Amino acid sequence: MSRVRVLVGTRKGAFILTADGTRSRWDVSGPHFPGWEIYHVAGSPAEPERLFASQSGGWFGQVIQRSDDGGTSWAPVGNTFAYEGADEDGVPGTHQWYDGTPHPWEFARVWHLEPSATDPDTVLAGVEDAALFRSTDGGGSWTELSGLRGHGSGPHWQPGAGGLCLHTILPDPRDPARMTVAISAAGAFRTDDDGATWRPVNRGLRSDGIPDTDAEVGHCVHNLALHPSRPDTLFMQKHWDVMRSDDGGGKWYEISGDLPTDFGFPIDVHAHEPDTVYVVPITSDSEHFPPEGRLRVYRSRSGGHEWEPLTKGLPQEHCYVNVLRDAMAVDSLDTCGVYFGTTGGQVYASADAGERWEPIVRDLPAVLSVEVQTLP
Amino acid sequence: MSTVRIKLPTHLRRLAGVDGLVELAIDGAVTQCAVLDALEHRHPQLRGTVRDPSTGRRRPFVRFFACEQDLSHDAPDHPLPAPVAAGTEPFLVVGAMAGG
Repeated sequence: MSRVRVLVGTRKGAFILTADGTRSRWDVSGPHFPGWEIYHVAGSPAEPERLFASQSGGWFGQVIQRSDDGGTSWAPVGNTFAYEGADEDGVPGTHQWYDGTPHPWEFARVWHLEPSATDPDTVLAGVEDAALFRSTDGGGSWTELSGLRGHGSGPHWQPGAGGLCLHTILPDPRDPARMTVAISAAGAFRTDDDGATWRPVNRGLRSDGIPDTDAEVGHCVHNLALHPSRPDTLFMQKHWDVMRSDDGGGKWYEISGDLPTDFGFPIDVHAHEPDTVYVVPITSDSEHFPPEGRLRVYRSRSGGHEWEPLTKGLPQEHCYVNVLRDAMAVDSLDTCGVYFGTTGGQVYASADAGERWEPIVRDLPAVLSVEVQTLP
Repeated sequence: MSTVRIKLPTHLRRLAGVDGLVELAIDGAVTQCAVLDALEHRHPQLRGTVRDPSTGRRRPFVRFFACEQDLSHDAPDHPLPAPVAAGTEPFLVVGAMAGG
């Protein structure tokens, strides 16, 4: 029988939740790396027992951990993320600071790890300050794909409230040379040549918080998702607005439709239905909690515009948690499981595509990320 | 040759997989730099955690104490106190009190 392994990153450690295909009884292991911020834990599709974890903290910086036994044991690997193009003073150029003044690029942390679909030794890392790094030796060493920062608009990128972070990496399952990444608050960018050259793909986005509302860059994209069977269709949760593109980011259009609010962080797609999309509406950018204190996942089965609230098993009063951008994931069992974690430390699971929810755990530290592995 | 004893904070002891004090043999002058180089050589998983890998400087929330003195702002190549070099007093790597 198939199994699922849910990889949870929190403000104070990582947790691994496992269950068989019924997804009714869960084993919880952790905290792994107690006391450290775990921005992301991800498994290799090519070798599912190989996991990578981004471990960081304000005191001791960045550590990357790797497990080759499904999270039973871990070992630190390479943690040097050196930006390309440093001058004689070691400064690899500047981006804009919050006040619009130039600010040197400085590595802060790894937000997201994206292991290769085919090679267990290859993994991408999206980092703050926004850049993309790649390791081809299992995390031992990291090289920047500097064409992204260097494509032209990099000096104009400005951080969002959470920092200038590259938080989403979407490889195209048809073409290993093509991928789309998202940066807060710069926007979405695409490469068609394995990261050598990049271009912004933000046409159609409008953001009231920037001087030129439909600028080529400067949009605070919170998360992107695609279905592997239809990789030209991209879904986006922007700071405000839920968006869709049917041409790989060439042009975006709004699909917020009848959502109670179109602010939010994560977005994900059903494992078997490319038009079924999930978001978690959040009141506003100043009120990071669900509208009316009711935690609702919204599902569209028509690729957007029409949305239905999914509430069974979720708190419908006095709930003021947030769900962060990397904290939602789906499994690929026959009945698609959907999972998300909250800043209140709950990890909710639905074994029936969102109809009913149950908490796997209720009292973890604030959840930063949730990933799911579907195992044989 | 001197034998220096280093006390690491909990997070770094776990990362290095050690209990208690770390004892390091230092050949030559016993300085912050020599001690940290030897520590990272023995435990490469600590590289980048005490000193920023891009600048080589002490991380802002890391402090160095010994003999009831704060040595954090001493030059990296400044000799450490004689009792540290003699191994009678430990060199303390401390996570600054901050955060929650």
